[in-house]
Amino acid sequence: MTIELGHFALILAFAVATMSAIVGFAFWRTEGRITVYVRQAAILQFVLVAAAFAALINAFVGSDFSLALAYEHSHSLMPLIYKVTSVWGSHEGSMVLWISILVGFGAAVAVFGRNLPQDLLTLVLAMQALLVAAFDGFTIFTSNPFLRLNPAPLEGQDLNPVLQDIGLAIHPPLLYTGYVGFSICFSFAIAALISGRIDAAWARWVRPWALLSWCFLTLGIAMGSYWAYYELGWGGWWFWDPVENASFMPWLAGTALLHSALVMEKRNALKIWTIFLSIITFSLSLLGTFLVRSGVLTSIHAFATDPTRGIVILVLLALFIGGAFTLFAMRASTLRAGGLFAPVSREGALILNNLFLATGLAAVLVGTLYPLILEAFGRTISVGAPFFNLTFGALMVPLLLLLPLGPFLAWKRGDLVAVTQRLAGAAIAALAIAIVVFFIAGRSISLAPLGMLLGFWVACGAIADLIDRTKLFRIAPAESWRRLAGLPRSALSTAIAHFGLGISVMGIVATSAWSSELITTAAPGQTLALAGYTLHFDGIDDTPGPNYEAERGLFTITAPGGGTQQVDAEKRVYTVGRQPTTEAAIETYGFSQLYLQLGEKGQGDAYVVRVWFKPFVTFIWFGALIMAFAGFLSLSDRRLRVGAPRRREAEAPLPEAAE
Amino acid sequence: MRRIASLALALMLAFAPAAALAVNPGEMLSDPGLEARAEAIGQTLRCLVCQNESIEASDADLAHDLRVLVRERLKAGDSDEQVKQYIVDRYGEFVLLQPVFAIHTLLLWLAAPLLILLGGFVLWRLARRHVPPSAPLTPEEVEALESLASPRVEPVDDDHHLL
Repeated sequence: MTIELGHFALILAFAVATMSAIVGFAFWRTEGRITVYVRQAAILQFVLVAAAFAALINAFVGSDFSLALAYEHSHSLMPLIYKVTSVWGSHEGSMVLWISILVGFGAAVAVFGRNLPQDLLTLVLAMQALLVAAFDGFTIFTSNPFLRLNPAPLEGQDLNPVLQDIGLAIHPPLLYTGYVGFSICFSFAIAALISGRIDAAWARWVRPWALLSWCFLTLGIAMGSYWAYYELGWGGWWFWDPVENASFMPWLAGTALLHSALVMEKRNALKIWTIFLSIITFSLSLLGTFLVRSGVLTSIHAFATDPTRGIVILVLLALFIGGAFTLFAMRASTLRAGGLFAPVSREGALILNNLFLATGLAAVLVGTLYPLILEAFGRTISVGAPFFNLTFGALMVPLLLLLPLGPFLAWKRGDLVAVTQRLAGAAIAALAIAIVVFFIAGRSISLAPLGMLLGFWVACGAIADLIDRTKLFRIAPAESWRRLAGLPRSALSTAIAHFGLGISVMGIVATSAWSSELITTAAPGQTLALAGYTLHFDGIDDTPGPNYEAERGLFTITAPGGGTQQVDAEKRVYTVGRQPTTEAAIETYGFSQLYLQLGEKGQGDAYVVRVWFKPFVTFIWFGALIMAFAGFLSLSDRRLRVGAPRRREAEAPLPEAAE
Repeated sequence: MRRIASLALALMLAFAPAAALAVNPGEMLSDPGLEARAEAIGQTLRCLVCQNESIEASDADLAHDLRVLVRERLKAGDSDEQVKQYIVDRYGEFVLLQPVFAIHTLLLWLAAPLLILLGGFVLWRLARRHVPPSAPLTPEEVEALESLASPRVEPVDDDHHLL
């Protein structure tokens, strides 16, 4: 019964969204009741979709296998958390999660956007409703999650074992929140293009939503990367797989959007470009969520093999993205450039940031789609990690080199010589650390110390920014501390986010350059050594888990500084699907990790054992966490609350812009 | 072949980790220098039956065969390029994770460099265009300026901005 109610709620949400979109777009000029209508409709959509989602969760938790989706993707013996997460472990269920987040954002705008100009709010919510209608309709008509089985099977077919992981509880909701959040920026862009209201105030309304989505996308990608790292079994953390690229591209576009919206908000410039980025970011999010499912990108993630589904998805993508860009092309010429500035200025630096990010994005996009296009002409090539490392990497080097200069430059007209002088300390510090690392790492002639230098430079530059702003060492420490506490959170978060990026760069370079590995066969009782660590193979334990058989290799690791740690590296075979998985043993030492994986059984009681030492690998994800934290910190700034500023500010956008 | 693999690995999400076991100890060469070269080459070769995995990272039988083949060629004294060419001759250029630079991949390789040059050129032109001071005010602008002087200031949106 609850399943039918859920189904009905989802259909009702489709109807409400359709009506809201029609009414909103038809009568957006009429203020008052229409605005109230679309706002209430947005909240109603949220309530209805939440009810549908709750009905699904209820069926999964109660192992109601009369629900076809639960039968296919769940099992009564799974731990409770996986019963919940398996709701979105399938195409149909993840669509409902996606739509839930979409209506969540719509309702948030309806609640927090009271102070927006009414016509703009109506248009934004109408656009959101159109998105809800399209993807809710797609779900109901091609991927219905509420189908029943009669007679109901006694037991489910189990969730794909690699998805039986805490990662499934965290990664998709974070990633989807990031993807879907950019729909707000998209809707704001469409609303701005239709209503012609494109000014600094618009940027100020959009930026919190862009920032919020960006934070979630950052966390989602980092979490996905860490999940792949520990689950995959050989310590890789980024594969340039088409689907990874699909999540990375909106991140790049979103990062560019954050920076360009800053210019638009402060200086009323870069308007066309910011609108363009708002559209492209969500378009890439759609591409990330749906192109993957159309089966066009053949990759391990593509699971929709149903061609009608694929065609519907492609048509929807073409309509939304094509429609948005048509509107953009029609209206962009009416926009005029805003405030003037010299090439050497904060604006100029932010434009360079956008140039490199956009080109990096283009490199990833071309690399991802090129093989598909070429295949249509009958040639098959592969575009893999070496290509992306080369092209994308080459574009990031100048970006990272120039990055520390940006926050030091003044708006309108900066003084490059003065900035260079103020950054000299940071440059010297970065160089000194890099030289120390160069000697510690064995003076190898490679690019690694130069890569590390980039990371140090970015991080030291961020610290120098804070030192400069607080006048540390030039005035009394207590006074500096007061200045730090008094810094606008947006300035503070800029420095913190850039520092995080530097940390990630260091982690990436260190892990890529100085990882060591040991691949050997070992029997219980033997001792292995790698990078100063000794690993004693204690034995094998084969106690089964709730829904899997297991072989655990028990090891005792002795660190170079003494101190022992017992770990177990596990191999599982899930009872239902007979699918094997590996659960590597990962032990963290400082910021480095020892990664141990038990391989197949060889002769006698010997096993293949693979061990990696990954120096500073956790920096990669810590950096991302720091970046996301900085984003949230900036969101908490009084001047940049989620939602809209007070009406008073909304009416007078220029004083801020003129500065 | 890729279709088969994608059917077998029915997965979702941005990163679905699949169990992959890399090199086996039995395959490795005793000469560490040669083995390092073999691994470096292996990382640029695609496991043809897998999804975007190098032969070093895959536990598929074909990946195993290719790893052995690479090591055999290295032992026979081939250079890195010769080994790759040997594999490409047998399996086609699909096996290369880093595509060759040729007519059909021209756009792929040149897209990013061309874009950065184009973008840089446009920005350079815009920057130059900004240098001379703007033209005298148009009558509408004068009017807008005068209306600004009146005590009740209307919010000025961009279409009437003064610069």
